[in-house]
Parts: sequence; C-alpha cells; structure tokens
Amino acid sequence: MLLPNQIEEVIAANLECDFIKVKGDDGTHFEATIVSPLFKDQSMIKQHQMVYQALGDMMRQEIHALSIKTITPEQWQEFNKLNES
Amino acid sequence: MTENLKIKQLVDENQVLLFMKGNPKFPQCGFSSLACQVLDACGTQYETFDVLQDPDVREGIKLFSNWPTIPQLYIKGEFVGGSDIIKEMYESGELAKLISKD
Repeated sequence: MLLPNQIEEVIAANLECDFIKVKGDDGTHFEATIVSPLFKDQSMIKQHQMVYQALGDMMRQEIHALSIKTITPEQWQEFNKLNES
Repeated sequence: MTENLKIKQLVDENQVLLFMKGNPKFPQCGFSSLACQVLDACGTQYETFDVLQDPDVREGIKLFSNWPTIPQLYIKGEFVGGSDIIKEMYESGELAKLISKD
C-alpha cells in the first residue's frame, strides 16, 4: 500500500521544499502541504504543476487522489506568526 | 491533434466549462462533486463535459492543460485549475470576480 511518507520522499527528491507533509492512510487519497521557495511569484496553477511534475508517473499510475496546498516561505512565515500570537 | 482541436473548440464555445467525472446531478468522484458545489455556490451558469463518456477527451485534456487530474475548470477559454484551486479561489472571492469580469 502506498504510504504518505513515500509520496513525501518523491516530491522532496524532485522539488526543493522547506516543509512537506502528506497525510492519508487509505492508500489512495492523500493531502499534501508543501512550502517551497520555488513557488514565489508563480500562479497557483504553476505551483501545482510543479508538484505534479515532481511526482511524475506516480501521479498517473499510483495516486488516485491528491489534494495539494502550496505555500511560499513568506506565506508560511505569516501563517506561523498568526499561530504563535 | 483532432482531440486537441475538439477540446479547444469546447473551451472556446463555453463561457464556463467544467470537465468532470459524471454530471452535476450524479458526480462520480468527490473532487468533481466539490467543483460543482463551488460553481453552484457562485450562482453561475456552467456547462459540464463528462470525461467518463469520452476516453479520448479524458486523456487529451490532461495533455491540453499539462494537468494530470480531473476535474478541470475553464473560464472564457482559459484553464483555471483543479478542485483545490477552484475551492481556494472561491473562498478568496477571486472565482466570482473572474466569472463576472467581461
């Protein structure tokens, strides 16, 4: 069965990530949260395409459903600040 | 090539077009269902294309947009995104703006 950390490893190997977390324990449905400096100034479409590209054939063959949340390091900092206060 | 032309024609002829699995009444996948719910919430008229009825379009659309998943939303001929993006744009109000813009 496909595990979330296997997906994390493949994405992280092919896309520079400051943070990555993939959730999902049924082997087919996953949710990824990814922070990458490469997302800066890119459209959301482009950001998601970068993640799909990092997954390559895995996306076409093994993963049935993947929900993606892409975050820039700047947005991530803001988000963490909000959570601290 | 012919699939590409057919898809191009579809997205050009329909102001708001959702490629999905199933139809709005009977969506065949949770993500397609979510996309319909969001468009319904926007109160917009939209057309749908059921990719399960046409395997060539189902594969062709993925190459057309360089996007490996269904659903896919097109507004005024432009690819907008999949269900995550549609949902995020709805929540931020961007989607309604894009639909109402001339």
